[in-house]
Amino acid sequence: MLEFFQQAVNGLSLGAIYALIALGYTMVYGIILLINFAHGDIMMVGAYVGFFSISLLGSNILVAMIFAMVTCAVLGVLIEKIAYKPLRNSTRIAALITAIGVSLFLEYITIFLLGATQRVFPASAFPAKYYNLMGIVISNKDIFIIVSAVLLMIVLHYIIKRTRTGKAMRAVSLDREAAVLMGISVDRTISVTFAIGSSLAAAAGVLVGVYYNTINPLMGIIPGLKAFVAAVLGGIGIIPGAMVGGFVMGILETMVSGYGSSLYRDAAAFGILILILLVKPTGLFGKNNGEKV
Amino acid sequence: MLEVKDIDVYYGAIHALKKLSITIEKGKIVTLIGANGAGKTTTLKTISGLIRPRSGSITFKNVDITRTAPEKIVAMGISQVPEGRRVFSAMTVLENLEMGAYLRRDKKEVEMDMEKVFTRFPRLKERRKQLAGTLSGGEQQMLAIGRALMAQPELLLMDEPSMGLAPLLVKEIFEIIQDINSQGTTILLVEQNAHMALSIADNAYVMETGEIVLQGTAKELMNSEEVKRAYLGG
Ligand SMILES: Nc1ncnc2c1ncn2[C@@H]1O[C@H](COP(=O)(O)OP(=O)(O)OP(=O)(O)O)[C@@H](O)[C@H]1O
Ligand SMILES: [Mg+2]
Repeated sequence: MLEFFQQAVNGLSLGAIYALIALGYTMVYGIILLINFAHGDIMMVGAYVGFFSISLLGSNILVAMIFAMVTCAVLGVLIEKIAYKPLRNSTRIAALITAIGVSLFLEYITIFLLGATQRVFPASAFPAKYYNLMGIVISNKDIFIIVSAVLLMIVLHYIIKRTRTGKAMRAVSLDREAAVLMGISVDRTISVTFAIGSSLAAAAGVLVGVYYNTINPLMGIIPGLKAFVAAVLGGIGIIPGAMVGGFVMGILETMVSGYGSSLYRDAAAFGILILILLVKPTGLFGKNNGEKV
Repeated sequence: MLEVKDIDVYYGAIHALKKLSITIEKGKIVTLIGANGAGKTTTLKTISGLIRPRSGSITFKNVDITRTAPEKIVAMGISQVPEGRRVFSAMTVLENLEMGAYLRRDKKEVEMDMEKVFTRFPRLKERRKQLAGTLSGGEQQMLAIGRALMAQPELLLMDEPSMGLAPLLVKEIFEIIQDINSQGTTILLVEQNAHMALSIADNAYVMETGEIVLQGTAKELMNSEEVKRAYLGG
């Protein structure tokens, strides 16, 4: 039983990371019906920005995270304006292929500029400490990851539910034409969505650096895919669904690794995807039309 | 107040509006009637800037708005109650009304206008926290009207507000339209219910396949043999 709780705790921090990434997938999908396959790579860029601001500028982890979030917010907006906006009225498959192109571009430009070798996240940025809670071991890293992810989700929830911009995002996602008739600028709303989604991914990137200690230019692929599965699991386009889906994926993955074999953990993730698509394609939180926020 | 002049609108190869002209004077109720597919909704969408005419011009309060962005058109004072209500289903009644006031920064006045909407539609007030998608059809239509009013429009475009409502509610909606107008808002009313529309309008236009085929005062059209035969059932 203790073992079970230990695995669950381990899974929480991984799940928090998946949830942060899944949110960006789901928000972008909710508003332009695009699976932004470059989203995991934006997370990777965030990890690198965090890495360099720690190793070159000597900033602490929080400053590194803010730095990464701001940089990726700009990057996300630029990607949308340059790559996706011109395709807004073309087929969805065209936009999807473009997203894969952007993904490859980000991966290989990073390899070109910074090399393919992995880098070790400076240990000094986050000296590890372990705490024992009634037999369950939890590290300060886990606590940091979970707390910062949850705080970011609370901020996001506030923005979406309470602010004028957040309400406009929901309106555009529900009925774009009606939103335009309210005087809402669709372009601006889409930009804001990309900015927020990408900055959450950047935060996740820095947290991945803290979690695994190493980063590399292709680090966005697998977590990106798993976060995508998490978003689908929760119901793509549905924000609370992405949060729950992320945690479920993280916990499931550590359970599979812990009780089965870590060889199966990726297979488990994609097994889940196939299962949802067969049983309830709209996801846990999805209604029958379930495409919207 | 509004001058639509010789506009041509296409959907791909389909010529949806052909040299269409409409004039609306301040303070009036003008109705646009016509059969399904005549181009009424297209006309309203073009005025709101959702669709661009290929040629012709639209002027509002002496300003050319033919190529103006839709959000600017709203800011200038043209709101629309779209066909099929189009309320934001997963947002509350209150949030829907807030969206109507999206461009306004005068918080105090917005609150006052919100109270006015609630006075006009007490049922919305009771349901302010309810999701718009769970409202009845009539309530949704009231919400769509309230939402459009929250922008403080000088010109209100209404696309078939009586569609799908029970006769008693239809009567209520038409009374509301008259009341909104009497408080100073100019109205362009698109309707299939020609009889009701003509009975409250000052002027009327009749559309067929993208063209205006008849126009005049509502009284004239009500007595016109053609209108009687085609739209008033006798
Ligand atoms: N998005 C579109 N793409 C192609 N054709 C369209 C589009 N929207 C409308 N049309 C066509 O343009 C014509 C006018 O349509 P519109 O919706 O303006 O008619 P309407 O008078 O509002 O009809 P109704 O009374 O049924 O609402 C119709 O022939 C319609 O099929
Ligand atoms: Mg119509």
